[in-house]
Amino acid sequence: MANRIQFENSCDVGVFSKLTNAYCLVAIGGSESFYSAFEAELADVIPVVKTSIAGTRIIGRLCAGNKNGLLLPHNTTDQELQHLRNSLPDQVVVQRIDERLSALGNCIACNDHVALTHTDLDKETEEMIADVLGVEVFRQTIAGNILVGSYCAFSNKGALVHPHTSVEDMNELATLLQVPVSAGTVNRGSEVIGAGLTVNDWTAFCGSDTTATELNVIETAFQLKPAQPSAIVDEMRKSLIDSYV
Amino acid sequence: MAEEAGMFVVPQTVGTVLCCKCGIPMAPNAANMCVKCLRSEVDITEGLQKHVIIMHCPECNSYLQPPRTWIKAQLESKELLTFCVKRLKNLNKVRLVHAEFIWTEPHSKRIKVKLKVQKEVLNGAILEQSYVVEYVQQEHMCESCSRVQANPDQWVAAVQLRQHVSHRRTFFYLEQLILKHGAAASAIKIKQMEQGIDFFFSNRSHGVKFVEFIGKVAPMKSRNDKQLVSHDIKSNNYNYKYTFSVEICPICREDLICLPLKVAASLGNLGPLVICTKVTNSIALLDPLTLRISYLDADQYWRLPFKSLLTSRQLVEYIVLDVEIISSEVNVGGSKYVLADAQVARVSDFGKNDTIFNIRTHLGHLLNPGDYALGYDLYGANSNDIEIEKHKGLVIPEAILIRKSYEEKRQKKRGKPRAWKLKSLDMEVDDKNRTDQEKINSEYEQFLKDLEENPELRFNISLYRNKDYQPSEMTSVADGDEVPSIPLDELLADLDLSEAEAEDEDDEMRE
Repeated sequence: MANRIQFENSCDVGVFSKLTNAYCLVAIGGSESFYSAFEAELADVIPVVKTSIAGTRIIGRLCAGNKNGLLLPHNTTDQELQHLRNSLPDQVVVQRIDERLSALGNCIACNDHVALTHTDLDKETEEMIADVLGVEVFRQTIAGNILVGSYCAFSNKGALVHPHTSVEDMNELATLLQVPVSAGTVNRGSEVIGAGLTVNDWTAFCGSDTTATELNVIETAFQLKPAQPSAIVDEMRKSLIDSYV
Repeated sequence: MAEEAGMFVVPQTVGTVLCCKCGIPMAPNAANMCVKCLRSEVDITEGLQKHVIIMHCPECNSYLQPPRTWIKAQLESKELLTFCVKRLKNLNKVRLVHAEFIWTEPHSKRIKVKLKVQKEVLNGAILEQSYVVEYVQQEHMCESCSRVQANPDQWVAAVQLRQHVSHRRTFFYLEQLILKHGAAASAIKIKQMEQGIDFFFSNRSHGVKFVEFIGKVAPMKSRNDKQLVSHDIKSNNYNYKYTFSVEICPICREDLICLPLKVAASLGNLGPLVICTKVTNSIALLDPLTLRISYLDADQYWRLPFKSLLTSRQLVEYIVLDVEIISSEVNVGGSKYVLADAQVARVSDFGKNDTIFNIRTHLGHLLNPGDYALGYDLYGANSNDIEIEKHKGLVIPEAILIRKSYEEKRQKKRGKPRAWKLKSLDMEVDDKNRTDQEKINSEYEQFLKDLEENPELRFNISLYRNKDYQPSEMTSVADGDEVPSIPLDELLADLDLSEAEAEDEDDEMRE
């Protein structure tokens, strides 16, 4: 199921959080509601960690990670690094890397097997990504945009890309990622998918502006729906009867 | 660019995304919303005027472009559309793509214009929308029409043009000059008066300009007066009516003048019996006995004004019996004269008695024995001019010939239309003046003949080709001395007057 949440009146939840299959990072906000929305959904399964990166709240844009590891930009403080190492499960490798492009979340999009990166990343960074995250690395663009992390979001089940992505590009991405790719929007027509949406294999969080249609597209793309069509019919019937009563 | 370089380019097929509101598949756009949803979401015509009130003058069919310009436009015309679109406020916030009229009943006093506008909405998506603006015509007469409609007291400046002579020849000529130069274009009313014409203007400066024009074409003196109509002490506004009284000197072409002693002396003892040969802003005086010519400008004239001894109405027809040229051809002031001794007899005397005059004339080049000529009969005239008595020892000739007469020849052509015509000013005529219409008509005919005979006179005026005129085969009469007429190449092609107007003009020709 996909959830609609808000971070302090901002719908760009992907900016303030990082969700993977093994952990979830959440920015330190003024209120607990953002954190508790994640906590309610994930607490039983994976650790939800409140943190800042380089003293900022835009953690989703600064770090990149999957179930194998977490990459942090060079301006991450030692305390933050230590805090993350302490909070995350032992098998997750937390690594700070020396990369000029410090908004790693914008430059790298990854699931547990494949990573798409900004075309200008260093060779060393590329090697580091492959080592720490245990993925194959492809330098890519999404619909002509080099900030692949901003304009797409993908899990091991599916991918959502910028709405202007051509059919040929989507086929290519599907071949690279080995998951079905669909084009779509979040937050009522916004094309910055990475900023409006954070997703793992079983759940997704998106901005509260996201319309039902978009939510439906997201759930279909990431296969978050209960599989049986009968369940849908049940649900519909329930609501129909509900409205009659 | 890559294609030009011969590189392989991956074909790009535009995919479809679902509209974020209604979920129908559509080509991705900047708002990622289908057009219908976008329309329901934003109205780009919001804040644009849908109802406009425009002022329309029912008289001249023009529309008010604030603050005070009136634009003439037909319904459904390009001009009207431009005007309508210009009247809309806030239209600069959107991009106008298309505008067209929606037909409405002409007397419904409504104009509907369908506009198509574009505007950028929601992160760069451009939305196009058409809407209808309804213009309500409010009838409001424009200034010039209301001035025409309202009482004639609306004038601000009146120019009273007068010449104290017994004929209107000067005014026929002035009328043509005014028409040619468009001098009275701004006049709101022109009225034919006894011994003159009144011009009414809505603005003092128009009146002043007109008086200046008259000063350039005729020797005149003018004075002006103003009458206070109303005033506002608080804002120091004064509302006057101005009257310009313009008097044109009574000396006309072909008049015989006996110059006062002082004037004659100041002109180098000219005359004192002289003929006025030409009147522009100065008066040309010719001594027929010596062929001396002198010019008198308006200032000089009005310093010592004088009247003519005999005027062209008192011309008498003579028959020339013999001509003896005594000088060679002399070119004076642009026209040729030859001094000659002539033996003439009055036509009225001819065959009754043997009264013959031996006179000197300046028309030696024109006259041949047997010709008719017009002249002043000083022998028979009973002049009581004071000036003539002041000249001691003045020998008065028995007759002074002024011009050759074509009256006999013209008899044949009587009743035939002319090949040309003149325009005329739109003049109001008082009822009391209407009685001597007959006289005016004959004077006008005389003026037309003068034009034909005198190329100098028609130098300054526009003649128009008469469409109705059919040249007859009889024109080439085997007569050596043809009646002077105006060569066709001098005529202007008539401005395309409509049939009705042409008829009007013919009526006004008083033929």
